[in-house]
Amino acid sequence: MNLELQGITKRFGSLVANDHIDLSVTPGTIHALLGENGAGKTTLMNILYGLTQPDEGTILADGKPLTIHSPKDAIAAGIGMVHQHFMLVPVFTVAENVTLGDEETRALGLLDRRRMRRKVRELSERYGLRVDPDALTGDLPVGVQQRVEILKALVRDAQVLILDEPTAVLTPGETEDLFRIMRELRASGRAIVFISHKLKEVQAIADTITILRRGRVVGERPRHTSEDELAALMVGRSVQLRVAKTAAKPGRVMLDVRDLVVPGGHEGLPGAEHTAAVNGLSFRVRAGEILGVAGVQGNGQTELCEALMGLLPVTSGSVHLNDHDITNAAPAMRLRSGIGYIPEDRQQDGLVGSFPVSENLILDTYNRPPFASGPALNLGEIRATAERRVKEFDIRTQSISAPVETLSGGNQQKVILAREVGREVRLLLASQPTRGLDVGSIEFVHRRIIEERDKGVAVVLVSSELDEIYALSDRIAVMYEGRFTGFRPPDVPVEELGLLMAGIGGIGTPGDGAADSSERTPPGDSANAGPGSLEQPDSPERTSPGAVQPDGPGPPEQAPPGATGPPEPAEPAGSTERAGSTGAAGSDGDDPTVTVGKPT
Amino acid sequence: MTTLAATGRIPLSVSRRFLAPATLLVLGLVDILVFGKYAHHGDATFAFSQPFAKVTVPNLKVPAAETAYALGAATIVLAALRVMDLGKVVRRLSIGLALAFFVIALLCWAYGGSVNSFNVINQFQGTLADSIPLILGALAGCLCERSGVINIAIEGQLLIGAFAGAIFASAFGVLWLGLIAGSLAGGLIGLLLGVFAITYLVDQIILGVVLNVFVSGLTGYLYDKVLIPYSNTLNSPSTYLPIKIPLLGDIPIIGPVFFDSTLFLYITYVLIVAVQVGLFSTRWGLRVRAVGEHPAAADTVGISVKLTRYRNVILAGLVAGIGGAFLTIGSVGSFGKDMSSGKGYIALAAMIFGRWTPLGGVGAALLFGFTFELQSILSTVNVPVPSDFLLMVPYVATIIAVAGLVGQVRAPAADGQPYITS
Ligand SMILES: Nc1ncnc2c1ncn2[C@@H]1O[C@H](COP(=O)(O)OP(=O)(O)OP(=O)(O)O)[C@@H](O)[C@H]1O
Ligand SMILES: [Mg+2]
Repeated sequence: MNLELQGITKRFGSLVANDHIDLSVTPGTIHALLGENGAGKTTLMNILYGLTQPDEGTILADGKPLTIHSPKDAIAAGIGMVHQHFMLVPVFTVAENVTLGDEETRALGLLDRRRMRRKVRELSERYGLRVDPDALTGDLPVGVQQRVEILKALVRDAQVLILDEPTAVLTPGETEDLFRIMRELRASGRAIVFISHKLKEVQAIADTITILRRGRVVGERPRHTSEDELAALMVGRSVQLRVAKTAAKPGRVMLDVRDLVVPGGHEGLPGAEHTAAVNGLSFRVRAGEILGVAGVQGNGQTELCEALMGLLPVTSGSVHLNDHDITNAAPAMRLRSGIGYIPEDRQQDGLVGSFPVSENLILDTYNRPPFASGPALNLGEIRATAERRVKEFDIRTQSISAPVETLSGGNQQKVILAREVGREVRLLLASQPTRGLDVGSIEFVHRRIIEERDKGVAVVLVSSELDEIYALSDRIAVMYEGRFTGFRPPDVPVEELGLLMAGIGGIGTPGDGAADSSERTPPGDSANAGPGSLEQPDSPERTSPGAVQPDGPGPPEQAPPGATGPPEPAEPAGSTERAGSTGAAGSDGDDPTVTVGKPT
Repeated sequence: MTTLAATGRIPLSVSRRFLAPATLLVLGLVDILVFGKYAHHGDATFAFSQPFAKVTVPNLKVPAAETAYALGAATIVLAALRVMDLGKVVRRLSIGLALAFFVIALLCWAYGGSVNSFNVINQFQGTLADSIPLILGALAGCLCERSGVINIAIEGQLLIGAFAGAIFASAFGVLWLGLIAGSLAGGLIGLLLGVFAITYLVDQIILGVVLNVFVSGLTGYLYDKVLIPYSNTLNSPSTYLPIKIPLLGDIPIIGPVFFDSTLFLYITYVLIVAVQVGLFSTRWGLRVRAVGEHPAAADTVGISVKLTRYRNVILAGLVAGIGGAFLTIGSVGSFGKDMSSGKGYIALAAMIFGRWTPLGGVGAALLFGFTFELQSILSTVNVPVPSDFLLMVPYVATIIAVAGLVGQVRAPAADGQPYITS
């Protein structure tokens, strides 16, 4: 089916989200939509799917006008959509979710679960979307949940499939899987609209690329367009894809974590309570340095952050912030003692959707001057601060009193960032800080994080984007199954990181108390890691938690006994599996920030 | 990790873990130190058939004090087992057993050395009758809340059902007109709830309370102005008589309890099955639950959230209205001011206790019905406890059940949240 959008316009009050947009989608192609946060991509797709009504414009299917008043009409017209935020009922089984609205029934409307299951199984085999029809959807990893979403569209025989930022939450492996599925669907003659902020992905998979800026189409380009050109088109200026930074000047130890064990508490996963999500981590972060925690998602990074923030209870071990024991401190206490926190799941943990932007910007400082005097809120100050931050962080919103849930996905993220980075902190915990942000905003956020570092803030950056890890980190730790498999300097070759992320090799085996051994070790020289390390925890039997830590490097003799070099990358098979296969189409060879796991 | 998986991950705290064993321990101690110690000497008699039954079962005589001691000891053993945490079956069973032991010990104390016997059949028959409005109320709650609308108005729906049932049955002299009018009246309140909650997005808890106050005021006013002056024509309906089901009704113990009652009990049976099967095994139910859990997901596959919610809210009102009609034409006949007396709220508690499932709600409603009946039977024998305290028993049971023994329950995720589309 050939879909043609003509002159689509949508206004929200004074804001024009879509301004006379023309777009045509051809069967058997993948059409990418690029655009900065708030450019109007989701709005346009919501119109196509009947979730929003346009103010002007027409939609033509094979030349005939198509009226879409609700998702029902869209489904009937053969349009399917995988939403930016999944539309799955967590307590339903996969089969129930997939067939919801299109159920198989027997007499009296009784569900025919056998046929529902079979339908799902058949479809998932046909398109290679492996998923268990009887699994409870809420228990599945995001990548699999996304497959369920795609199955939902396919079961209704969608000829046009809209994917709104499908890769934002996927691991590289899952992304590759998704691309395989997309190619298969394209081969079957379907049209796919693919929204993403990751230029390399777009280059890798799209046939045509349409770029939106501030609600307008500003260009259409073939797939082999350079990243710089795409970025410039999106943002309207040239963008630095990699922010420049100077060498770190680490100061005193700000965060000191010892033998931290955090239970795997995510409910619903059978047996999860018996395995620790964080399993004996020790590390330190100094003022003025950025520790990048790399790793495939789901290896305990989320739990590590939540435990450091006091959101999850700690089984054993200790956490010191600036020499104060905060192992069991309440989250409010931690905020007050200077931790800034950018949570991974921002819609869930970071915002109050119905509150205005201005109030969301002061959620963690509302009860302190200058925003409060005694029991009263200082509304003028709140408004002034909000205006300032909205401008500074380029948050696209109608006004500072608009409910934050009406902002585009990426702009909601910027609200949290502005709040957490906007106040004085000692330690910044940033979990996937640029997920879902456009290139311009990424540049901005990276610059802010580096500025914070240079002001003497200790930064823990958790990211599954290796680009981001390389761009920001002064030291890289790789997390695998609740442990750090190694610490590496920022110029470590990507292959080595890939191996560590797959749990292969690694020095400073966890549990030996060697917090941050091996840093500053040249990558080629890692066999000699122990003595080369800069800092050791002074001794395992450190007792008084309040004691001031000597700031100098520890005695090198105390090298961890288990510190052996990583195996030579002698297992290329294993490395390419998970993390190798670098270089997306047209990726620049001399850039050290090679993407890992990006499809070719 | 994701929004989907993050629902309710509250670690079970230590105090919570010992709450259940502690409750059991207290129950056991009461068995021994109160019921055992203060029981009169002699036997307590339990009767298992009604007078004039075709087939009779012999009475059971037990030594009162000794039985209470034994049951108390057994309960304490259960508490100990509970501390050891031996799995789900033991957990469930221990609470049920301890409560049963408690009731038996209580009865031993009340009937020990007395010439009267405690009639078990009467107790269960009465339990079922008392439970009818609670069960129907709980079913109404499930229907409503599974679609994502909180229904505090069950109380008002019961009351108005009772009112309409009495007037129509009395004025036209036709019982089934009363039944239908009661049901429709409940449905009308449901419609009001729907209009304000779904279309005008009024806070559902406040709305429910307002509706209850409204119904109470309205029926109270009409009662004074209309029903009292014309009580002969408007407030003296006949009542449904028990219908004994052939064969089934003659089975000893089971027959008189389950198959010898008014039409209302049989309607209740049908509705229990219909709601349970409907919600969990039909297309309709799957869609309703989708709307209650994740309305946007339902919307994006073409299910109308508003329509589904309206339909369910009204259905719920119709069901609760039948429960209300029972209060008049199914039992006492004439309407009295505020005669629902909190039963709607107890039905709500039963629904929560039953974890938003129809069968669970029925179980809880039966438990509450049992305490109501026990209270009314005990008030006729000479127990040395003021009747005011006995009247409190069902409500205390509600609080203990909901606070102590239910533990964590999960409401439908979108319960009480209006669905707003742009
Ligand atoms: N319901 C709404 N009410 C008011 N404004 C809205 C609403 N929905 C979207 N907007 C505004 O329309 C603009 C476009 O939003 P949209 O979600 O389409 O952006 P997007 O291109 O998908 O961005 P992102 O990459 O951040 O997801 C934004 O400025 C947003 O604030
Ligand atoms: Mg979007």
